[in-house]
Amino acid sequence: MARRWTNDLTRDDVTPKSLWLNRRQLIAGLSAVGAAGIGGPVAAKSDLEPNTWEEITTYNNFYEFGTGKGDPAKNAPAMDTTGWQVTVDGLVDNPGTYDLADLIGDMETEERIYRFRCVEAWSMVIPWNGFELADLLAKVGVQDGANYVAFETVVRPDVMPGVRRRVLDFPYVEGLRLDEAMHPLTLMATGIYGEPLPNQNGAPMRLVVPWKYGFKSIKSIVRISLVAEQPPTSWNKANASEYGFYSNVNPNVDHPRWSQATERRIGGGLFAQRQDTLMFNGYDEVAGLYEGMDLTKFF
Amino acid sequence: MAVVDRINAAVRRVPAWPIYPVCALWLAWVFYRGATGGLGVEPIEALEHEYGAMALKVLVVGLAISPLRRHAGLNLVKFRRALGVSAFVLVLAHLAVWAVLDVQSLDRIWADIVKRPYVTVGMAAFLLLLPLALTSNDRAVRWLGPKWRRLHKLTYPAAVLAGVHFLWLAKGFQLEPLIWLAVISALLVLRFRPGRGARPRAAPTQG
Ligand code: HEM
Repeated sequence: MARRWTNDLTRDDVTPKSLWLNRRQLIAGLSAVGAAGIGGPVAAKSDLEPNTWEEITTYNNFYEFGTGKGDPAKNAPAMDTTGWQVTVDGLVDNPGTYDLADLIGDMETEERIYRFRCVEAWSMVIPWNGFELADLLAKVGVQDGANYVAFETVVRPDVMPGVRRRVLDFPYVEGLRLDEAMHPLTLMATGIYGEPLPNQNGAPMRLVVPWKYGFKSIKSIVRISLVAEQPPTSWNKANASEYGFYSNVNPNVDHPRWSQATERRIGGGLFAQRQDTLMFNGYDEVAGLYEGMDLTKFF
Repeated sequence: MAVVDRINAAVRRVPAWPIYPVCALWLAWVFYRGATGGLGVEPIEALEHEYGAMALKVLVVGLAISPLRRHAGLNLVKFRRALGVSAFVLVLAHLAVWAVLDVQSLDRIWADIVKRPYVTVGMAAFLLLLPLALTSNDRAVRWLGPKWRRLHKLTYPAAVLAGVHFLWLAKGFQLEPLIWLAVISALLVLRFRPGRGARPRAAPTQG
């Protein structure tokens, strides 16, 4: 059931590999194309042009590997993801601990170019490869009574300095309401730019929920639980007044630390201008999920 | 000759003025790296952090000078003014990066100062340092007389606020700001504990 959803970011926006390796080459390449009079869709949509491989893989929040933005790229490669297993439990027909290949090996992956908005008020555009979480949930069989999906990140203190320093109460946990989890936008990503997901980006499999702040998109998943009650989430546990369960991108609800009205696209350099943040990060199609809810209360 | 006296004698031959150009060159160098990709893919935040972290370091070094003399007999007082002024310039650069490159608009600057506690605290630290920087010259020292010493005790609350600023902006549990706050507190305690030996109260020293 892949390809249920398309958006304004399409395959044409995916930059050829020779170009995404280096943005300066990309810009040079584009102007060459323009000069030749074949200006394609990439040039036309420069504001939605995906970030470069370097930007996506060297500027990360993955506190298990350290709190600096460069720490994950430095420390995460030490994590060995071979033989990865994922436990599926709770209200499911087929619970168990699966080898990753057995769980998702037959999923048809597709490319999704999504805006990615961090709660720290920066953003990127990322060409993910993955499949819809709904397809995985269909495979494991969601039982009546399940209202939420809970996720858990791997904990490997030997390669995770942030875990040893107890930056947060690890393992990192996150959750979605079942209808959010089933939404066709909600992705399980296994790659970027057609390459396997680098460890710092959440290898071998991570969640991507493009209308929520980035910390909801939990990385390096080892457990998926179908549950009846709203599950605990890590940042909410650390600071409930600052991080709610929903954490939808919302320019009208300020976070105590950062105004959420604007954001800075990574890649603009030292003099990058801020741009307006869009409600639901521009994914208006999810608005129906929250009808009748006071989003200043359920932030 | 005791080690301390030998150091003191050596220090007497080292001028304090090079601290100013070193500070200015460092600021320019880090800015240049930010502008040319040397600070990673998000240079604005990186520059803000580089300047803030260095400001804190220089502030704390400056703060250590009194206790070092009082409790260890080490006399580095001649560097204190240059260090204090440099710390202020670094904070000013940190503030400028925040206002001009990061936040970018006056209403957002004001909103952040009022609404974000760690910015409010940082701003308070800056405001406490402002009169100190303005009176870091011989004329002000003479003009203020004994009041100058009292005024410049503001360095201590400013440093505490800077430490709180760092602690408050850190997310999750992080050790580094706690260590800085501990160091600042220790220096404060040492500063206000009577020193060993009967060192007479020195005349108001410059800086
Ligand atoms: C005595 C004055 C100040 C000192 C010593 C200081 C020091 C610091 C330090 C050490 C950091 C963290 C750097 C890092 O994580 O590597 C920081 C971050 C920051 N400071 Fe300051 N600061 C001062 C005043 C201010 C003022 C006046 C403002 C703005 C009005 C400000 C705004 C910020 C911001 C926005 C951050 C980054 C927060 C984030 O990471 O989200 N600071 N500062």
